[in-house]
Amino acid sequence: MLDRDEDILKAAEDWQKAGRGVALATVVETWGSAPRPAGSSLVINDEGTFLGSVSGGCVEGAVVTEAMDVIQSGKPRMLEFGVADETAWNVGLSCGGTIRVFVEKVG
Amino acid sequence: MKLEILHELNAERAARRPAILVTDTESGEQRLVKAKDFARDPLCTELEKQLRMGKSASVEAGGKKLFLNVYAPTAKLVIVGAVHISQALAPLARSLGYDVTVVDPRTAFASPERFPDIPLVAEWPDTALPPLNVDAYTAFVAVTHDPKIDDPALLHAFERGCFYIGALGSRKTHAKRADRLRAQGAKENDIARIHAPIGLAIGAVSPSEIAVAIMAEITAVLRLPPKEKEEAA
Repeated sequence: MLDRDEDILKAAEDWQKAGRGVALATVVETWGSAPRPAGSSLVINDEGTFLGSVSGGCVEGAVVTEAMDVIQSGKPRMLEFGVADETAWNVGLSCGGTIRVFVEKVG
Repeated sequence: MKLEILHELNAERAARRPAILVTDTESGEQRLVKAKDFARDPLCTELEKQLRMGKSASVEAGGKKLFLNVYAPTAKLVIVGAVHISQALAPLARSLGYDVTVVDPRTAFASPERFPDIPLVAEWPDTALPPLNVDAYTAFVAVTHDPKIDDPALLHAFERGCFYIGALGSRKTHAKRADRLRAQGAKENDIARIHAPIGLAIGAVSPSEIAVAIMAEITAVLRLPPKEKEEAA
């Protein structure tokens, strides 16, 4: 209730209406000391512009890359990032937590 | 997310009405449940709990993994009375995430020097309050001790269905206030909604301690389920 996120969903709607391909990535589960709570989201368009945050900067790059595929295919996917995960060694959740991020196409 | 759902969700958010987006994270299927429809939803208990906590979460229901994404408006706090307690209360409420506004027609009280960075309206309640869009996601406190200011403000808070209404004053002061409000046509159940004496009974003495007691009470009303709420009060 008390979050003050920038208006990610408004941007999603505006971008979609302007004819852009748009994807929404949302943190759906967290374990350990995750940087952003469930419900945090990131909106991405097909130009690679993004707004919002799912991890405070740690894995956004990887999420944006996956989101591009989701915009193409239209199929949602679930991403997981954590220290036990090979990807995490590359993109890194240095806090030691694990997060699961749901990526879906808008429209 | 389907564009219709996104559009509907944005409309609910703009109108400051809570809603929860339910996503089947395996199939990607989604539906939006508006707060007014919670009662007849199969996930009623979970939806109500998550909204009360203001927390999004994954749940399992009917063999499906569902993500409940909670969209609740930012809570507001309207403080009527730019008094000493308010100087402690306004920054405390802001640190808890509330949009805070202080109203007091007495310009000597409602001065930016006394309330740096806090939106101030130095007008009488009948002029100051309507533009503030006081609603069900607003906590409302009247702390001037002056019936000319507090009483009309409280009548406005009743009308707008604020989730919390508190007024400063002892039991004796409050009994007199209740009589005055009754004389002005206030309903008994509205008068009963006023938390007075204001704040949880924690033996608060200083203005800052009273501010803590008030914010603790507001938090309890916001977050506790109805039964435990009664026990706390």
